[in-house]
Amino acid sequence: MKIDRFGFVFGALVLATGVAMPAMAQDVIKIPNIIELSGGGAPVGQMWKNGSTMAVEEINAKGGILGKKIQMEFVDTASDPGKARAGVQRALDDKPMAIFGPIYSGSVNVTLKLTNEAEVPQIMGGEAAPLTAQGSKYLFRTSFGQNVSMPKIAQYLKDGVKAQTVAVVYQNNDFGKGGRNAIIPELEKRGIKVAADLSTEPGQADFAPDVVKVKAANADAIFVYLTEEESARFLIEAKKQGVTKPLIGETTLLGQKVIDLAKDAAEGVKGHVGLTADADNPLVKDYDKKFTAKYGHRSDHNGMKGYMAPYMLKAAVEKAGKWDPKAIAAALHGLTIDPAKEPGILLNGTWDENGDIDRESYLAEVKGGKQVIVQTLPKLKP
Amino acid sequence: MTDFLQLVISGLATGAIYALAAIGFTLLWQTTQTINFAQGEFMMLPAFFALAAMRWAGAPFWLACIVAILCSVLVLGIGYKKIIIDPLRGQPGLAVVISTLALAIFLKDSVKDIYSAEAQPFPTILPDTMLSFGGVNISLAQIGVLVVATVVILVLNWFLTQTRTGRQMQATAQNPTVAKILGVDIDRMVLYTFLINAALAGMASLLISPIYLAKFSNGEVLGLAAFVAAIVGGFNQVRGAIVGGLVIGVVDNLAAAYVSTAYRQAVPLVLLVLVILFRPQGILGRKEERTV
Repeated sequence: MKIDRFGFVFGALVLATGVAMPAMAQDVIKIPNIIELSGGGAPVGQMWKNGSTMAVEEINAKGGILGKKIQMEFVDTASDPGKARAGVQRALDDKPMAIFGPIYSGSVNVTLKLTNEAEVPQIMGGEAAPLTAQGSKYLFRTSFGQNVSMPKIAQYLKDGVKAQTVAVVYQNNDFGKGGRNAIIPELEKRGIKVAADLSTEPGQADFAPDVVKVKAANADAIFVYLTEEESARFLIEAKKQGVTKPLIGETTLLGQKVIDLAKDAAEGVKGHVGLTADADNPLVKDYDKKFTAKYGHRSDHNGMKGYMAPYMLKAAVEKAGKWDPKAIAAALHGLTIDPAKEPGILLNGTWDENGDIDRESYLAEVKGGKQVIVQTLPKLKP
Repeated sequence: MTDFLQLVISGLATGAIYALAAIGFTLLWQTTQTINFAQGEFMMLPAFFALAAMRWAGAPFWLACIVAILCSVLVLGIGYKKIIIDPLRGQPGLAVVISTLALAIFLKDSVKDIYSAEAQPFPTILPDTMLSFGGVNISLAQIGVLVVATVVILVLNWFLTQTRTGRQMQATAQNPTVAKILGVDIDRMVLYTFLINAALAGMASLLISPIYLAKFSNGEVLGLAAFVAAIVGGFNQVRGAIVGGLVIGVVDNLAAAYVSTAYRQAVPLVLLVLVILFRPQGILGRKEERTV
């Protein structure tokens, strides 16, 4: 009799567990977050991870998306496109509703076909211009592509700096080459001559020869398109060799991280910034405060990109009215997310048919060890 | 011409730092016949000792530098010898190779996890004041790097050749059996070698980090450069390592400027292959013959 009772209780528990587990599982949507958590891209990936974690915690605290909580599963690409591809392939086997990441353009480049074929939205951090030009209907940016940012910089070099010749320094990877290939035609279109076209290596530590070559070009301005640490090293070397020509760049030249690393060597650097925690915007300021309180350091643009990704997903799912990968992607195309309705998106943004984003951006300058916004550029299509 | 001189001077300053690490390779090779494949990480870690002393103990920079050198001597000298090398005595050379490779990974990932994955700014020992000589700009910091590295190398050379302990160390390196018969405390001399290597790595770290920025992955580039420098100069001669370091520093800069930045890392490796093919003992190394 005792055995029977035990058997009954045990059976009931097994049955209850069996019924309850799928129900619990259905209340949670797992989103793979495939990013650079080790290798050269570790700082970038860590920022994105922190930003996206903060956003998901906020979303879940408010009840999730259509009643479902989000659970992110972080996969480390080790900053290696091959591992990124393998990570995305494995994640797609579980038929996710969407994928976040990668951030490095090279890793996005080798994964976008996989998500397109699997018809799973990929919300990523890559900025190389060719990414969204390959026809994927499932790829979405969290920041400007170079196809959007480079014309703005070229215009600034013409009107703001009044440069007639420019030395272009870029990084020899998908990110850098994409920027270089996007800026040069824009400069030529505006009658600006490219006086030097110099590639540098990712992870390069010593920029003495590069700065010597840049100085020898004697251009009116120097356009520097490197990732943050390399930007800082370049600026330090430029100061050491007494470079006096204006140093102009994009977000990765004017970020707080670069300023912290290069210190007074970053003083006076100018350029275009797509995302910045220094933006004069109450939502961005609030985000900056929360992020700093939570992690003990300020967010850079990669943190902001990571933060926006879950909110992009939220807006798209709510517009689609259901959790369905195809419907989410369809909803994101042409979607304008208004911060008045969804404060987590921070800035009013519109995603076009290619997954490119249009939103306001900034011209900034480094003054007194801080990035100072000198002008806000409106959306291209208000 | 000014560009060329600028590149040479800048290359000499970087090369002098490579030389410090390359000397460590040669010293360890001569005394223990081991190659430390974690030497690059030995050049990365002391900068983080200094940063930790400043960040967590509030130490001023000068004190942090002393702390960094002392910690290097303790951890990378005594610790490395007692924990990694001593237990492997009598084991095949491959065991040491694998152990030092594992140590390199351990040190790199430990710094990443404990301190930060991000590059950290590192103060310069001397200010970045610019001095101009005939159109060639040289910073005081660059001159300082050259002077400090030269002084360290000269002091080491004096110690090895002019002091009793130094000569005992050389005797141990040349023939440990005979040195032992003559009453030299072999174990002590080997320990001194490890301590000197650690101190040199510490110096190199403090000199290179303002240029490279302190980052957990710095050892990959530095270790390779120092290793190539040691082979090119002569693995069994301290003065060879010095020449090798300077040559690699200058060749690296000139290759980046006049060949291609993309191939700058390949040029020292091509030099390495040429040296191995045509002068295997290195530029200043001496031929070694062994009876089989």
